[in-house]
Amino acid sequence: MAGKEQHKMINPFEIMETINMIDNEHLDIRTITMGISLLDCIGQDADVAANKVYDKVTRLAEKLVPVGEQLEREYGIPIINKRISVTPISIVGSACGDYVKFARALDRAADTTGVNFIGGYSALVQKGYTKGEYEFIETIPEALCTTNRICSSVNVGSTKAGISMDAVAHMGRIIKKTAQLSAEHDGFGCAKLVVFANAVEDNPFMAGAFHGTGEGECVINVGVSGPGVVKKALEKVKGEDFGVVADTIKKTAFKITRMGQLVASEAANRLNAQFGIVDLSLAPTPAIGDSVAHILEEMGVEKCGAPGTTAALALLNDAVKKGGVMASSYVGGLSGAFIPVSEDAGMIDAVKCGALSLEKLEAMTCVCSVGIDMVVVPGDTSAETISGILADEVAIGVVNTKTTALRIIPAPGKKVGDVVEFGGLLGYGPVMPVSKFGCADFINRGGRIPAPMHSLKN
Amino acid sequence: MKSVITVIGRDSVGIIARVSALLAENEINIIDITQTTYDEQFLMVMVVDMSNSKVSFSKAASQLKTLGEELGQKIHVRHKKVFDSMHRI
Repeated sequence: MAGKEQHKMINPFEIMETINMIDNEHLDIRTITMGISLLDCIGQDADVAANKVYDKVTRLAEKLVPVGEQLEREYGIPIINKRISVTPISIVGSACGDYVKFARALDRAADTTGVNFIGGYSALVQKGYTKGEYEFIETIPEALCTTNRICSSVNVGSTKAGISMDAVAHMGRIIKKTAQLSAEHDGFGCAKLVVFANAVEDNPFMAGAFHGTGEGECVINVGVSGPGVVKKALEKVKGEDFGVVADTIKKTAFKITRMGQLVASEAANRLNAQFGIVDLSLAPTPAIGDSVAHILEEMGVEKCGAPGTTAALALLNDAVKKGGVMASSYVGGLSGAFIPVSEDAGMIDAVKCGALSLEKLEAMTCVCSVGIDMVVVPGDTSAETISGILADEVAIGVVNTKTTALRIIPAPGKKVGDVVEFGGLLGYGPVMPVSKFGCADFINRGGRIPAPMHSLKN
Repeated sequence: MKSVITVIGRDSVGIIARVSALLAENEINIIDITQTTYDEQFLMVMVVDMSNSKVSFSKAASQLKTLGEELGQKIHVRHKKVFDSMHRI
């Protein structure tokens, strides 16, 4: 194409629109995540295998951070996180069993490469445990609390397999134990642990990223973000009907996602990796002007959590996907609007003023990208109650054929009304009340909830 | 490699001259210039070709930034791909 004709087509107003999005409305690339297969590191000697893991990760991701920084400079767009996801360690370590050694090796690899998190201390047990997987899950609290940059996830349900209620009960206890082991940091370990239904293999976001066994050797997945851009765009269509609202979000999501596509393809190219997917995400941060809750409020609900909130979120989530899907050649990951409480200034406010309860949040997860995320509950919440909240959340995902998840922090010694500070992107969370009614007899039944009728598609 | 230089600030004498001089010193070729006001601010957009540039992209960007501070303007340079990909299918 003749370059001269092409450049003439971009006018100064379009240029200013892009610059405003980046400079004033928090448009950014939330994460470039390199997925690395560790299947070839498996071996019977834990020390040898862990060394192989360290060597492979540091070799393939050596240039991840420098390339990310280079793209930031050349494109003038912030790339907030550079991260790595790996094959679930429950698989990689199953031949030797000493799983925590792998966590330490990965933590060192994170340090060497300069990434801020490595995800994949994970297990997929939706239909049942192997002996090794049970032992692996038992090591999660220690792995999270003796390393700095390791993230863990466990998949306990899927539309195809149903819900492993044994794993649901188990994870309630693991979450409690992780909170106790990191009690001096208000249970911070739990912020690095997510429990899924229908977990995806190419998710670039933490804490739930892992590199699925269906993935290639080395893959670049990118998550974009821009709640502030969507909010600003909606400010310009105040009072207009929902057709206009949906259209405005779609157009904005398209533009945001194009940035993700550009960065993902360029990063994959420069890192000699396969371009995996762009995650069509709206991921908030605690910064002012970067909130998903404020988009819902811009649509007209007085506070996030008020009646109408679920419908507003449903529209937002759908329009983000519709706008984004044409902007990227490969779409995947979690794709949709995230609603983490502690990472979103509007959500934090809504909890503080009593507009948003855990139950309303659960309803919202039926129509958002993932699930109940970064929620702080009282430290004396029982393991069974946490498992009950988890079972409900997983059931929503399994029955509605979507990914759902729970990332919950039972902060030791904290009560409703207290605020827990995590710092950075993880933000701070007001302690939310949980139901006073128990579910121990339900959780203690064990076994598996069968897959729903609509899993039988063949 | 084509890049877009944006200069945003208050209108004053000699902005184009100073920016152009810096580009010329570095053998960066100006392909197009437009100038307009946006939100009551002076906005100049230059499309430049840096393929024969004597300095690296990062170096040119930091020189332009420094010049911008001197002139009381915000000067950024970004790969043109950023704008093409957002606004053109």
